[in-house]
Amino acid sequence: MNTPKTIIQKIWEQHVVHQEEGKPDLLYIDLHLVHEVTSPQAFEGLRLNGRKVRRPDLTFATMDHNVPTRQRLVINDPVSKNQIDTLQKNCQEFGVTLADIHHPDNGIVHVIGPELGLTQPGKTIVCGDSHTSTHGAFGALAFGIGTSEVEHVLATQTLWQAKPKTLNVKVNGKLGTGVTAKDLILAIIGKFGVQFGTGYVIEYTGEAIRALSMDERMTVCNMSIEAGARAGLITPDETTFEYVRGRRHAPQGEEFEKAVEKWRALATDEGAVYDAVVEIEAAEVEPQVTWGTNPGMCIPVTANVPSPDETDKPSEKDEIKRALEYMGLEAGQPLSSVAIDHVFIGSCTNSRLSDLRKAADVIRGRKVNPGVKAIVVPGSFSIKLAAEKEGIDQVFIEAGFEWREAGCSMCLAMNDDIVPPGGRCASTSNRNFEGRQGNGARTHLVSPEMAAAAAVAGHFVDVRQFTAQEVI
Amino acid sequence: MEPLRVHQGLVYPLNRSNIDTDQIIPKQFLKRIERSGFGQFLFYNWRFDDNGNPRPDFSLNDEKYQGASILVAGENFGCGSSREHAPWAVQDYGFKVIIAPSYADIFKNNCVKNGILAIVASEAEVQDIIKKAESTEYTLTVNLEDQKVYDNEGFELSFDIAPYPKQMLLNGWDEIGVTLTYEDKIKQFEAVNR
Repeated sequence: MNTPKTIIQKIWEQHVVHQEEGKPDLLYIDLHLVHEVTSPQAFEGLRLNGRKVRRPDLTFATMDHNVPTRQRLVINDPVSKNQIDTLQKNCQEFGVTLADIHHPDNGIVHVIGPELGLTQPGKTIVCGDSHTSTHGAFGALAFGIGTSEVEHVLATQTLWQAKPKTLNVKVNGKLGTGVTAKDLILAIIGKFGVQFGTGYVIEYTGEAIRALSMDERMTVCNMSIEAGARAGLITPDETTFEYVRGRRHAPQGEEFEKAVEKWRALATDEGAVYDAVVEIEAAEVEPQVTWGTNPGMCIPVTANVPSPDETDKPSEKDEIKRALEYMGLEAGQPLSSVAIDHVFIGSCTNSRLSDLRKAADVIRGRKVNPGVKAIVVPGSFSIKLAAEKEGIDQVFIEAGFEWREAGCSMCLAMNDDIVPPGGRCASTSNRNFEGRQGNGARTHLVSPEMAAAAAVAGHFVDVRQFTAQEVI
Repeated sequence: MEPLRVHQGLVYPLNRSNIDTDQIIPKQFLKRIERSGFGQFLFYNWRFDDNGNPRPDFSLNDEKYQGASILVAGENFGCGSSREHAPWAVQDYGFKVIIAPSYADIFKNNCVKNGILAIVASEAEVQDIIKKAESTEYTLTVNLEDQKVYDNEGFELSFDIAPYPKQMLLNGWDEIGVTLTYEDKIKQFEAVNR
């Protein structure tokens, strides 16, 4: 009998073009997603060397980071505009399909890949963007690369990759009511740290993972990189197949059924051995809020801000001190006492239709606190349209949210959506690094439900109690 | 890419862990479409105040670290975004070698592609170097061929590096050029699988 294998090993072996002693494996790439920020220097490199894009048919581009969300066609910053125009020119010159700013398929690269059916189980997927791990939700091996590697994939459709170690993150039991996929991944990073996944590809398994919808799985896999893992994936199952079925770029009809057979065979074999395993009990996870300046600095909303005295390690003490200072927080302060002035619902982590629906359910019939500026930025043009069809836009607008156009927006503030210095934002995005949402801005990562509740209350509240309250 | 074999240089210690790429090069500088000129923006928000004046409390602005070419930092250096603008900024500023207890995977890959040697040393070794470099003008020599780092006073450490990145750095190879010599293999794979 063959040695049992993990899904990670199976996908890897199916994509090895060449192996030799003393070198990483040469790995074939099935899908290369491209956006405007990390590609201009790569296309320029091709030009300088007289090289072509080897497989334009496996390459798909969109613009998302610089896109304005008020009036999407009016880009005031000339440098942003140049970057957008450059992608347009490069795609034309090299024959790459582009969902540009006018295109109905436009949106955040990690939202539209799955939406269009480009993202499929078993594929190797790369993009010059660390949140490419999102696509692992489909049982694809998907990871972020730098611009030199973008150029390499454009020219050769391959990458030299050292075989990663495998890490099983096992989530036992069921998540409690009002506890979301975002809370789960934050709790995992909070428990095991921001670098426990470094050098590994994560496979998420267990009852709580199987119970997640595709949107929720994408939220979990999206933040694998925040745990240090370039890729995180989930074995595809009926939930996956039903999501992919009928999408534009997915196999159709009989081809689809054949594909499903192949996808089923990807599942990790019984008895397969991982290089490492960690476990977490889903029932113990509570709604999370980050208090510090990396995603591992998170605590349950019911807890108090930690103190530097809680650790003996000098480097950690120092880090906590610095984080408290940057965040303008006192050790021991209850998180629920922290007033916020901005709310951002969006990003490749939490901008899908189900995220918007859940946030809308929390605010329906309520009003945004007068001290809070709250915006909703759908992940794609098509999500925006679908939400408007359901009337979700009106729920947000009536509550006092701004309903915006699609894009990366305030997740990294490369467009005009910036939190001012000293501003404090409840954000559904993925990084609470210093200055991420604007120079001097303070970011607290939360789920869409928690962000919506904070918008109404003006401070952090436990959404489990909040939703139980009558709307007055 | 310039080959890197032996490098001697002044050490700049930055004793912080989890330095993310948003700190190394903040997002407002990612809009440029060039590959060069990012050094002036390295650690921008730490280095400069809101008016663009150097912050006296940030050590990279100290006179004694001017001209440093070896950056020594805490664990998980380069975490976060995959932006290659981060190693571009590190290199364009003048750093050729980084020494830290650990790195984020994508950042470390990006370093190799740009001829930067990212050395993994133990926490104790890193703290030892940081202490020396904080108290005096401290110079180290890095020999990639022998995989050693040493000073003139008897300090020495050995480091591991996989054969492939080592060869890439020693020879300053254009990786795409190398890969294209495997064209037949890629074609074969495509004929069977795609």
